[in-house]
Amino acid sequence: MDMLTSKIFLRKTKRGKVLKVVREHYLRDDLWCGSDLCKKCNQENSEVLDDAPLSSSTLCACPHYVVVDTNVVLHQIDVLESPAWKNVIVLQTVLEETRKRSTNNFKKLKEIMATRKDNFYVFVNEHHKDTYVERNPGESANDRNDRAIRKACSWYQTHLEESQQGRDKKKKIQIILLTQDFKNREQALKEGIPAYKVDEYVKSLKDFPDLQEKLAASHSEDNAENREPLFPEHWAPTRIMTGIKSGKLLQGIFHCSRENFLEGSVSVEGQDKSILLQGHASLNRAVDGDIVAVELLPEDKWTSPSGIVLEDQEDQDPGDQIEKEEALLSNSAKGKDRQPTGKVVGIIRRKWRQYCGILLPSVLAEGTRHLFVPAERKIPKIRIETRQAATLSSQKIIVAIDSWPRTSRYPLGHFVRALGNIGDKDTENEVLLLEHDVPHHSFPETVLACLPSMPWTISQEEVKRREDLRNLDICSVDPPGCTDIDDALHFRELSPNLYEIGVHIADVSHFVRPDTALDKEAANRGTTVYLVDRRIDMVPELLSSNLCSLRPDQERLAFSVIWEVTPNAEIKKTRFTKSVIRSRRAFTYAEAQCSIDDPLQQNELAKSLRGLNKLAKIMKKNRMDKGALQLSSPEIRFEVSTETNDPIDVISKPMLDTNSMVEEFMLLANISVAEHIFKHFPECAVLRRHPVPPESNFEPFLKAGKTQGFTLDVSSNKALAASLDAAVKPDNVYMNTMLRILATRCMMQAVYFSSGTVAPVDFYHYGLAAPIILISHLPFAGLYADLLVHRLLAVAIGADVTYADLLDRKCVQQLCNNLNYRHKMSQYAQRSSVALHTHLFFRHRVQDEDAYVLSVRQNALQVLIPKYGLEGSIYLKEKDEDSKPAFIYNPDVPSQTCGNITIRTFDRIVVQVSLDSKYVQHQKIAVHLVQPQIAGLSVEAIKTVNDSEPIPKKLKAGK
Amino acid sequence: MSGTELLSDQGLRIDGRKPNELRRIRCSLGIFAQADGSAYLEQGNTKVLAAVYGPHEIRGSKSKALHDKAFVNCQYSTATFSMGERKRRPRGDRKSTEMSTHLEETFAAAIRTELYPRSQIDIFVEVLQADGGNYTTCVNAAMMALVDAGVPLKDTVVSCTASLVKDTPLVDVNHVEQSGGSPELVVSILPHSGEIVYMSLTQRFHIDHLSKVLDTAIKGCKDIGVILKEIMKGHLTKLDTSLQAS
Repeated sequence: MDMLTSKIFLRKTKRGKVLKVVREHYLRDDLWCGSDLCKKCNQENSEVLDDAPLSSSTLCACPHYVVVDTNVVLHQIDVLESPAWKNVIVLQTVLEETRKRSTNNFKKLKEIMATRKDNFYVFVNEHHKDTYVERNPGESANDRNDRAIRKACSWYQTHLEESQQGRDKKKKIQIILLTQDFKNREQALKEGIPAYKVDEYVKSLKDFPDLQEKLAASHSEDNAENREPLFPEHWAPTRIMTGIKSGKLLQGIFHCSRENFLEGSVSVEGQDKSILLQGHASLNRAVDGDIVAVELLPEDKWTSPSGIVLEDQEDQDPGDQIEKEEALLSNSAKGKDRQPTGKVVGIIRRKWRQYCGILLPSVLAEGTRHLFVPAERKIPKIRIETRQAATLSSQKIIVAIDSWPRTSRYPLGHFVRALGNIGDKDTENEVLLLEHDVPHHSFPETVLACLPSMPWTISQEEVKRREDLRNLDICSVDPPGCTDIDDALHFRELSPNLYEIGVHIADVSHFVRPDTALDKEAANRGTTVYLVDRRIDMVPELLSSNLCSLRPDQERLAFSVIWEVTPNAEIKKTRFTKSVIRSRRAFTYAEAQCSIDDPLQQNELAKSLRGLNKLAKIMKKNRMDKGALQLSSPEIRFEVSTETNDPIDVISKPMLDTNSMVEEFMLLANISVAEHIFKHFPECAVLRRHPVPPESNFEPFLKAGKTQGFTLDVSSNKALAASLDAAVKPDNVYMNTMLRILATRCMMQAVYFSSGTVAPVDFYHYGLAAPIILISHLPFAGLYADLLVHRLLAVAIGADVTYADLLDRKCVQQLCNNLNYRHKMSQYAQRSSVALHTHLFFRHRVQDEDAYVLSVRQNALQVLIPKYGLEGSIYLKEKDEDSKPAFIYNPDVPSQTCGNITIRTFDRIVVQVSLDSKYVQHQKIAVHLVQPQIAGLSVEAIKTVNDSEPIPKKLKAGK
Repeated sequence: MSGTELLSDQGLRIDGRKPNELRRIRCSLGIFAQADGSAYLEQGNTKVLAAVYGPHEIRGSKSKALHDKAFVNCQYSTATFSMGERKRRPRGDRKSTEMSTHLEETFAAAIRTELYPRSQIDIFVEVLQADGGNYTTCVNAAMMALVDAGVPLKDTVVSCTASLVKDTPLVDVNHVEQSGGSPELVVSILPHSGEIVYMSLTQRFHIDHLSKVLDTAIKGCKDIGVILKEIMKGHLTKLDTSLQAS
């Protein structure tokens, strides 16, 4: 084993102080070249690099291997994904440099290498005795790496030469260096290494003509120097670092405003108030999500958010000019509540990803420069180059950003791939899944192999290991059409003063064993995503809707929590067990409600339900007394046509007693389980917490309350609950719900965490007023977190053994972070799915509906239409138009007055809803005012809903 | 995680070793004339000097004397210049005191102390350069110095560390691997009998991993033992030839 040649080198790092780091660096002679034709290397199995590769490049006709330079990986990663690449050598120098410069690209490169193992070979040149190069005095790290790459190339050249002596000269394999760096190429050619520019090489691949579309835009040719820069320069990284250290600059995450594309904020860690940014120059090319460095303006230049709604609505390609911003800036200067205002001086880390969207129709359809409009409103338009504009214009496409030079109004990007036709439901679904990063590919073979074979029965040994609860009258209560029944309940009287209640959860952990492919896939997906018309499962369907669905009259494995309670809902005893159950019936919420209400039904199940309902009500009351919040968000359901799968009607989800009954017991099971596993695993229990929101979050909520004459107390969750209950107006029933909706928006996101990483004081769940909790009142089996909980609980009751990662705090926390992310994304995806279906619903409809004003802005009203849970804006004035009736904006209330009509927050109005399909590309819901009638703004009410009804007069006459 | 990847996909560690490879070992014996036995040992960049005095009469308070065996006194110290950041006190801090105690226990088990009742054996070790595995290098160096001094041993003592990264055990960890947040298992064994005389673990990991990490560490100990034995032999032949020449 000791074939080490050793070499020690010195490295200095700066970390405040100058430290001298001495590290060993072993050079080896047992690293192979990976080529099939090589006779010298002692390599074991079939090699990555072909013996006689075919060249499809016209540029270099002889067979060759390709070595890529770091800048190719950094800038052209999308090109590398193509199957065109074969016989690629990735040097370790390149890997390490990529890793240092861009984690994103590094991950992608690793993915590419993992999926295409047969075509990419990693050569560890840094530890090879012949290819290691030491940094010369005075040489920059970059130059040294370039030299290392060239050295490796020439080593390969001579190394392979020896094995192919006697080959025909034309058939000899060459090593080709692909680079974007002019200097490196020059130097390589000088040293006799054939080197090409990537774009030249890619364009010369005759078998893959489309590949060049994916080339990142190179702005060097763009005679950029000649043009006037539109944006201020970004500072150099060292200057930013010293600025941050000295406190002159602040570092934070940039969030673009949803309502106004020229406005954004930067949330700085440890600061309550975020920093406001206004105007092109201040935003300075920051894109939503980037980590930026901001400089605060002097206090006399601070402003408040402008309050107007502004969309970057150019329908034409405006070229590289910046439109006037006066409309924005003049309005915003003198607000009362001024915020710290700043400007971006540099970008610390870009968070660019790939974006879905559409092409803006260009004046010159034959031209190659086009503008791309992302689906996400917070992302700026992107300029791309493509020759397929004609075909792509009717499709949803994916685009990646490459750079944003100072001279360009929009970031430059390149086309990645097309998804399908605009307006297709499948395409749109695909878009929203991609936009929210929901993994939705079908399950791979390896995962399906982990499933039990069908027909499946419970083995006798399994029954022996579990408690047999098949004799109990268990039933489930779920929404109609639910196929994944993951929880069931039972109730029986033990004695007049003692009841037994049980919650039974499908035992997913029995099927998903740790460290299997199935487990890993589930961990990555994190959660089941429920869209309006489909469900993206976390585990394969066989499990989710069959084996782990507690179907009626079928024997199923379950995890049971069983309590003994008094009629006053006082818990006397709790126990947990793995069990076998047989559900008697699967109720829908409505059916269950019927059974409870109908005194004629006297069967066992109806009695059980009544008992459960009674207990649930007591428990809920207790919880409310402790300060649990009853929040609200509009929830709707689509009635979907069976043939076309298009929505035909919208119903808001009714809340029945049975809904909250099931919720209550799930919550109880949650708390019991949480307490139990936390007791057993204080270090690594997976819990969920809902942090107390900071006071500043409540500001818009308090303001809204004031306009209606309510004083709202937000000092604690109990006070908030009480003041919400008190805020009722007899003439405006919906007002209270509106307030609750607003309150919901002030809340923090509830998060999963591993108990060892957070102090026990912070475990508190704000919304539910529970000291400790696992999962919110959602059912168990749809989340990976539940799986972890099942496993922990199984260990705690001695039904299973632990495994390494389950008890590793860091591993668990990492899983939790992924879960939080997926969970958040799945909720966004669900919301988008509802929005998508609302669009489809209004495709042939125009309707008048009741609406409530959610907030009053300077130039618009934001309204909520409760029937559809839909939000929209009514624009009161356009930026370049005076024809509209003059509204007077009073920012203190806030209100808008026109003549004798005043509109305030929470006012009830009537609006007309239609689909604004003027731009086929970018349809959106248009909302127009019907009542109160204001001449020049409101539109005629329609009497009958008619498909052929012409779309009413546009408000946006200027467009 | 911080920017370092302790084990690459190609199966190499940060310094180019494979998971089961030791660092380079260099050793010379008899470097001080004053001491009864001395050794200088390098394991990679960890460099240690060891000196042995005795057996001799008990120094200082006589109460330390043991009536049936020799008293082993060890002192572990770290040179102030041994690390990137300059150290304040070379010895006497908690860490050094603890290390001294461990050394005493280890060598009390290995030296045939029963041959020297009421006497004392001093072992001084000094870490000149620290790059991970300091304690193990000290044990190995002290053992070499004892051999050089001719103190009778039941068996040689060898020590080695092992760690766990991505479910793969690493042997003989260096400073980067040690401070990268992975657990470190230190084991000292008597290679002939296979007895473990000392074992410690810096961090928790799941018990499933223990056996393979322990096996790796023991394998490392044995490998080090073989190398050190070669060096001993070389040293003795050299002594032999020089004696015969004179």
